[in-house]
Amino acid sequence: MNHMKPTPHDAAPLHVTGAARYIDDIPMPKNALSLAFGLSDVAHGKITAMDLDAVRSADGVVAVITADDLPASNDVSPSVHDEPMLANGTVHYIGQPIFLVIADTHLNARKAARMGKVEIQPLPAILTIDQAIAADSKFEDPIRFLKGEPDSAMKSAPHQISGSIEIGGQEHFYLEGQAASALPQENGDMLVHSSTQHPTEVQHKVAESLGLPFNAVRVETRRMGGGFGGKESQANALACACAVAARITNRPCKMRYDRDDDMMITGKRHDFRINYQVGFDDDGTLQSVMMEHFVRCGWAQDLSLPVADRAMLHSDNAYHLPHAKIISHRLKTNTQSATAYRGFGGPQGVVAIERVIDEVAHYLGRDPLEIRRANFYENGQTTPYHMTIEDSVIAPLVDQLAKASDYANRRLAIESENRANPDAILKRGIALTPVKFGISFTLTHLNQAGALVHIYADGSVHLNHGGTEMGQGLFTKVAQVAAHEFGLPLDMIKITASDTAKVPNTSATAASSGSDLNGMAVRDACHTLKGRIAAFFAIHFETDAAVEFVDGMVRAGSHEMTFADAASLAYQNRISLSATGFYATPKIKWDRMAGRGRPFFYFAYGAAVTEVVVDTLTGENRILRTDILHDVGASLNPAIDIGQIEGGYVQGAGWLTTEELVWDDKGNLRTHAPSTYKIPACSDRPRVFNVELFDNENAEDTIYRSKAVGEPPFMLGISAFHALSHAVGYAGASDIYPNLNAPATPEELLRAVYRNADGTDAF
Amino acid sequence: MEIAFLLNGETQNVSVDNPTVTLLDWLRETKGLHGTKEGCNEGDCGACTVMVTDADGSKSLNACILFLPQLHGKALRTVEGVGTQSDMHPVQSAMVEHHGSQCGFCTPGFVMSMVSAHANGATDHDNQLAGNLCRCTGYAPIIRAAEAVENAPRPDWIAADQDGVSKFAKPTGPTTSNELAAWYLKNPDATLVGGATDVGLWVTKSLRDLEQVCFLSQIPDLAKIEHRDDGLHIGAGVTITALRDAVADIYPDFAEMLRRYASVQIRNAATIGGNIANGSPIGDGPPALIALGATLTLRRGDERREILLQDFFVEYGKQDRKTGEFVESIFIPKQDDRLKCYKLSKRFDQDISAVCGCFNIFVKNGTVECCAIAFGGMAGTPKRADGVEAALIGKPWTRENVEMAMQLFPNDYTPMDDMRASAEYRMKAAQNMLLRYFIEDTTDQPCVLEVSS
Repeated sequence: MNHMKPTPHDAAPLHVTGAARYIDDIPMPKNALSLAFGLSDVAHGKITAMDLDAVRSADGVVAVITADDLPASNDVSPSVHDEPMLANGTVHYIGQPIFLVIADTHLNARKAARMGKVEIQPLPAILTIDQAIAADSKFEDPIRFLKGEPDSAMKSAPHQISGSIEIGGQEHFYLEGQAASALPQENGDMLVHSSTQHPTEVQHKVAESLGLPFNAVRVETRRMGGGFGGKESQANALACACAVAARITNRPCKMRYDRDDDMMITGKRHDFRINYQVGFDDDGTLQSVMMEHFVRCGWAQDLSLPVADRAMLHSDNAYHLPHAKIISHRLKTNTQSATAYRGFGGPQGVVAIERVIDEVAHYLGRDPLEIRRANFYENGQTTPYHMTIEDSVIAPLVDQLAKASDYANRRLAIESENRANPDAILKRGIALTPVKFGISFTLTHLNQAGALVHIYADGSVHLNHGGTEMGQGLFTKVAQVAAHEFGLPLDMIKITASDTAKVPNTSATAASSGSDLNGMAVRDACHTLKGRIAAFFAIHFETDAAVEFVDGMVRAGSHEMTFADAASLAYQNRISLSATGFYATPKIKWDRMAGRGRPFFYFAYGAAVTEVVVDTLTGENRILRTDILHDVGASLNPAIDIGQIEGGYVQGAGWLTTEELVWDDKGNLRTHAPSTYKIPACSDRPRVFNVELFDNENAEDTIYRSKAVGEPPFMLGISAFHALSHAVGYAGASDIYPNLNAPATPEELLRAVYRNADGTDAF
Repeated sequence: MEIAFLLNGETQNVSVDNPTVTLLDWLRETKGLHGTKEGCNEGDCGACTVMVTDADGSKSLNACILFLPQLHGKALRTVEGVGTQSDMHPVQSAMVEHHGSQCGFCTPGFVMSMVSAHANGATDHDNQLAGNLCRCTGYAPIIRAAEAVENAPRPDWIAADQDGVSKFAKPTGPTTSNELAAWYLKNPDATLVGGATDVGLWVTKSLRDLEQVCFLSQIPDLAKIEHRDDGLHIGAGVTITALRDAVADIYPDFAEMLRRYASVQIRNAATIGGNIANGSPIGDGPPALIALGATLTLRRGDERREILLQDFFVEYGKQDRKTGEFVESIFIPKQDDRLKCYKLSKRFDQDISAVCGCFNIFVKNGTVECCAIAFGGMAGTPKRADGVEAALIGKPWTRENVEMAMQLFPNDYTPMDDMRASAEYRMKAAQNMLLRYFIEDTTDQPCVLEVSS
């Protein structure tokens, strides 16, 4: 069924030889300067005095800029203009940029940035979810989704459970830190290189910061060293800083964050508290579900509203909730402004409903998989936001995975082993969790894309589109589309950097939409070009035979020539060989305030089985085996898709296990480098790791019936969290539900082991 | 300072103004070799991994916390020097074929760790790559690539690098421990740099300028390790890699803990002398050595004194070291192997311990004859559990007595409360480590790392 081959990433030969260029590798002119921000060390306060003399006189410093020195706008927000690039009188978190150092070298800029003496009169800081609730500190009034009559259905349900889960945030830890450079052009124009998922937004913010129209700024992005959502809006500050510094000094400027600065300054995944109440019957069929989300958004709005919305939109995951009420509070705190991160709130929503299912199963003494199956969507049912499910494959997908992984027998074996050896230090656990993830930007107008395709007279093809490459293989997939359309080998397609001068008004490469949107836009451009060549052939060769583009040849009836000859002939005959393409996702319509509509074009599905072992003396644990079956529709590139699934799973499991963000009581992030913040290392991957693609064409008319793959597999990592819960459920002093919070660090797991029936968890 | 070394096969003669310029900055900023990446600038992510060869062989190192003068007399390979697009090293082509790169930023570092492992015939890939972080792939395809080339031939340039390093002149500065002793007495404010895995961070993170430094890696007699009748004599300049090899047969659990000490790149650079001298309360070497009853030889000029390692650590940030005095060697007295080391951290590999408990308990005829228990992460310094030990000694080796002794930990320790763990978790886990030692000693329960699905 696959149209496409598992070709390697287009840049792989460059990656492995060190020849792939990232922002900091692009040679800069000799007179280029380097930048660094001076940061706030107070979580909330008024700036009463700034003594920057030592900074100005430090080695290599060319200039120091404060908010007062900016030529135009002082804002790097992607949403509501509430995020000054440099603090304007008030600081709102520890790590907020206050001044900008321009120096001859990166190291000198960093050294000077620490020499500022900024006096800040502290104001009360709101750091935690509890403090924000108490102070009613928020970005907007609570949003509610309502379906059916959840209150009365709750009362009439045979059983009720209520509870709460804390879900920690996550640092992106893209291996390439944030980076940008700006090169002044004639007439005040600016050329910007940015490690960004959203070149158009960088273009807009840079133009605003210089007081120029958008057409005076060109932004180019060849590739990022990882993004994961962390370069959707967080790249703005560096690009604007470079542009402003370049304007002021009239010299090229480059900025990259040292890793500690990067982690102190930039936003992370939102942490959540979700309170839940569920009513269900003896079989575990859910009758009413109520969720209350408390979302810690940080100090500026950024993308928090759509992130919180998407968490609500995934409160059902793969389950039919006949009566549901979802309430979401968007809390404002004096911490880094939480931002987009793979799944964009969806994973937090899914974690909560999976907790509910797991706890229902524990209450009824049943295998959680039975409860999951009892509640899977059937097509025709509606979501809590009143969208009809039409493409669900979750039940057959889970059946196939459960069988292939021998889930039932392994669970039985683990349970009998654990029961038979109550004194064993090590306990195993196993869990199967599903995922259903909605594909489309919930802000409907973002679901559009453009492309620009040139055929040169020698038949070589130059491809450009609005998406960005962050490692996900988008460029390879899109080039495969062009190669497929023209019947050419892949190496005839030149993949070029994303460039706001070639394709304008692009959306962020986000929401897993990259290949869906840009693949279709490229296909549209290819169709235009093929149509022109076909029309020319019909006249030139006086034939009404259909024109075919296959195997490097162009054929019309008995007339046949190489693609290169066809291109040359078309050129000689004055046929335009350059075309734009465009795509807008059909069918979607969404009213976020009413909580009604069809926010998603379709859903991607998947499921994972994870087996773990836990040491009940320390909480140390291991993932022993993972089996995954995931739905990517008709795969555009099975190798790249499997890579996304494996990588997404490990990143998701990391989020829920070892990746712990710790702020102290002053609001200082204490985990701001890989020495203290632990993403999965090599040996943390599952030892046995079976990943298969589910045989399923997209029910909707997407590019070759494929499905998006960037975000959905991230949530497969939730199976590891539930496997750990299963394991420690056998370890404690009593039969109470482990009630794990995320991340399930060894400490959190040991607390669950020692948790008493009265709910206290002191060791 | 004049230094000379081979860079990708070509001789480099460099006049170094600033002795603490990092190799990474020099490669990227001076040489324009951008293949070696900065991911964290603290030796934790491996994106800057390079391969350094000398007479002892080839090893991977982190360029971000390696000072340029440390390269003197060695052969350096960066990713640009191991293969090109048209003539790849087998590791590079396997990484392409097995889809081992996604964003590609960590890839040069992985390639260099894999090239080094391949050069050394190492196939314990999880250990070899523990110091390289990848955020995209989930590591599975990288391991597939590493496995695929285990038997591929080694390129000729590796041998050429090894042959090429003999031609370089003696470095400037002390090259024997006697010279060092005399020099340090005259220059007591200088910073002695072992592997620079700690001092490197003073420069890259604390942004300190170090006026005067002395590189101990150019003093071969400090890196000697000798098995004698009375025990193991370890020079302060012995790397953790070499120490791990030396104790593998005699104290296998110490070696297993050292397998999890940072990463290959760090262990190849870091020295046991540095690990002790910096006085970290969470350095993993001291608790194990204290439990083994190690002594320290401190040298000042021609004077030497020997003290128990446990007495070296006075309080947090303060060691019993006089001006001009340095750690010369460590001695572990010969004994039966009763040592177990429990290193507890959020992540198994390449993580600083929340708690590191080392137990050396001798039982004769069912009774505890003597014991030494030492912890890192439980106080301001590495510290013995005096009260717990006293409660065990002379008592029958029973679970009941062990559980009684566990109650005494709070008398011995006041653990810290930080981002790695809470104080109460540290305490509970420390207590449970004693129970684990007992259970492992008297039954055959496996460790969590020994289980498979």
